[in-house]
Amino acid sequence: MAHDHDHDDHHDHDHEHGSELSEMQIRVRALESVLTEKGYVEPAALDAIIEAYETKIGPHNGAQVIAKAWSDAAFRQALLKDATAAIATLGHVARTGDHLVAVENTPQRHNMVVCTLCSCYPWEVLGLPPVWYKAAPYRSRAVKDPRGVLADLGIALPKETEIRVWDSTAETRFLVLPMRPAGTEGWSEAQLAELVTRDSMIGTGFPKTPGAPS
Amino acid sequence: MNGVHDMGGMDGFGKVEIEPNEPVFHAEWEARVMALVRAMGAAGAFNIDTSRFYREALPPHVYLSSSYYKKWLLGLEDLLVDKGFVAPDEVKAGHALRQTKAPKRGKFTRDDVERILVRGTFTRAAPAPAKFKAGDRVRAKNIHPATHTRLPRYVRGHVGVIERDHGCQVFPDSASLEAGENPQWLYTVVFDSAELWGADADPTVKISIDAFEPYLEAA
Repeated sequence: MAHDHDHDDHHDHDHEHGSELSEMQIRVRALESVLTEKGYVEPAALDAIIEAYETKIGPHNGAQVIAKAWSDAAFRQALLKDATAAIATLGHVARTGDHLVAVENTPQRHNMVVCTLCSCYPWEVLGLPPVWYKAAPYRSRAVKDPRGVLADLGIALPKETEIRVWDSTAETRFLVLPMRPAGTEGWSEAQLAELVTRDSMIGTGFPKTPGAPS
Repeated sequence: MNGVHDMGGMDGFGKVEIEPNEPVFHAEWEARVMALVRAMGAAGAFNIDTSRFYREALPPHVYLSSSYYKKWLLGLEDLLVDKGFVAPDEVKAGHALRQTKAPKRGKFTRDDVERILVRGTFTRAAPAPAKFKAGDRVRAKNIHPATHTRLPRYVRGHVGVIERDHGCQVFPDSASLEAGENPQWLYTVVFDSAELWGADADPTVKISIDAFEPYLEAA
């Protein structure tokens, strides 16, 4: 998204498709102008931050980590022991900062991640969080009625499965290691990574099933 | 602070709805706000805890009715003005009008971008041994600071079990006030659903928070 590019390709809630700038666009530009004129920031640096989150850093990074954990038992163990250190050994994935914890789903236990106080989310492996993750319905209910939240999302777990909700109240960040889908024996890491969805790494979804339409 | 941001356990906000193929940003200004907050934080204008405190301190009706990145903008404007980096009339004018305090690490440039894409560590040297260890039963203190805290209301007064020790880390309650990092031990504490939500709660659910040692007492 270039700095001087007004047109917005996405649908947006502020109806900015006309020639007039929205109130928010005007207000943000005003603040950016002040901070630029004062010499606190340079617009090219802001462009580079945005470009990184639009193109380089996203759920595809986490998907590679999960696919590797499904394929390589030693890596899986290392990931569960210290996710930051384990991911550092994968040169092709974006570098990951401190305090990342991977939590493993099993037939007995399903993990789900929330931040009830704000929007804490493992940016480096999942990118920027989606709107629903940061919004009141999820933040309020995930800790009190996680099964109800999953039902809203069309996810049903067996009644006896334990649900563990991780509220991200400090700088620890959580990455769910979902269960490897059946029918993927012999698949390459690249093939497996295609099955890993963003929501399966938050615990609000499952990986795709082999052969199902994506 | 007991603000509307502390949402765990509240009712009435409706269904969780996932937007299929959601774009990273819904408008260009959202992207600019995200980048401005990251850049000004990295320039040394504020730490992450202070920026969270300013968003929480928005009036409740504003917090609840503003989109995520609008909250980021409003919090950023308030913070920059309060700390003296920008004057109120400059925000209004959209231009620098006078000399103000500069962020302590100076201008944020293209060369600084790579380093902020990887989170720095919050771990610090321990000023004292840890009081608790995995397996200990602890009660979340019944505390209600009017300033920033990361102890959510829904666990206060309740008993849980320490599961993990995350070492000693920057204490947000101090850092948010720019009163120093005041490192404290950090633990994952697990609560049974019935302890938090009463006897009718789903018995298969467990909830954990990450709690700093000053939030906890032996139980």
